[in-house]
Amino acid sequence: MGNTDRPLSPHLQVYKPQLTAVLSIFHRASGVFLVIGSLLLVCWLAALAQGPESYTNVQGLLGSGIGRTLLLAWVFALFYHLCNGMRHLFWDMGLGFDIETVYASGKFVVVVAVALTLITFALAYLMRGGAL
Amino acid sequence: MNMRAPLARVRGHGSAKAGAHHWWAQRLSAIALVPLFLWFVASLVFVATADYATAKEWVSSPYNSALLILLIGALFYHAQLGMQVVFEDYVSTPWLQVASIILVKFLALLLAVVAIVAVLSIALGG
Repeated sequence: MGNTDRPLSPHLQVYKPQLTAVLSIFHRASGVFLVIGSLLLVCWLAALAQGPESYTNVQGLLGSGIGRTLLLAWVFALFYHLCNGMRHLFWDMGLGFDIETVYASGKFVVVVAVALTLITFALAYLMRGGAL
Repeated sequence: MNMRAPLARVRGHGSAKAGAHHWWAQRLSAIALVPLFLWFVASLVFVATADYATAKEWVSSPYNSALLILLIGALFYHAQLGMQVVFEDYVSTPWLQVASIILVKFLALLLAVVAIVAVLSIALGG
């Protein structure tokens, strides 16, 4: 009892970061970040329900530099969490577990998430008539 | 000294057949959220920069308000399941862990209800 001299498993920081582990913790981090983003959805809907004045205020915040940066981060987090979540669903079916496929699907998820984010923002700006 | 065999000790204390519920609920809400979020982001491209009247008209359409309510329900259900696991993994003080989980569940319900009421009042209030 109380033997404090037992060997410990190596701490996390001694490991070289690997794509698999980094994507895994980023899945969780993006999920938590998206929970914060969900507050924005509630605010946007509540403002819209409240009237033109509140709505204009919220739109003003979203259109600001910080607002746009956050929106970009949230859209990327959403696409990443969505794509990597589907990767998890394939694992749940027992598919894609060999190490080569795990790395390939991981890289694929990152590329697709970045591409979808860029396409979304390009389209959003086009919809505004190109005015930033 | 306990002379009972391991099998005898666990018999009657076994699985309540509910161990996989959290896992299953998380996957089910995840599957629902895939099409809902693809629809939502595609719509956001059109609505995010819209003026008040356009945004209101978009939410008021029965098709959009129904999908929005489904999205809000699935989103906050999935969110509180995920946050629960985060608290279970990283908060080691038992009372704090339980308190955080209760708080996040109540908050998720509150936010979902506020958002759904907002959608309904836009859709039905005129």
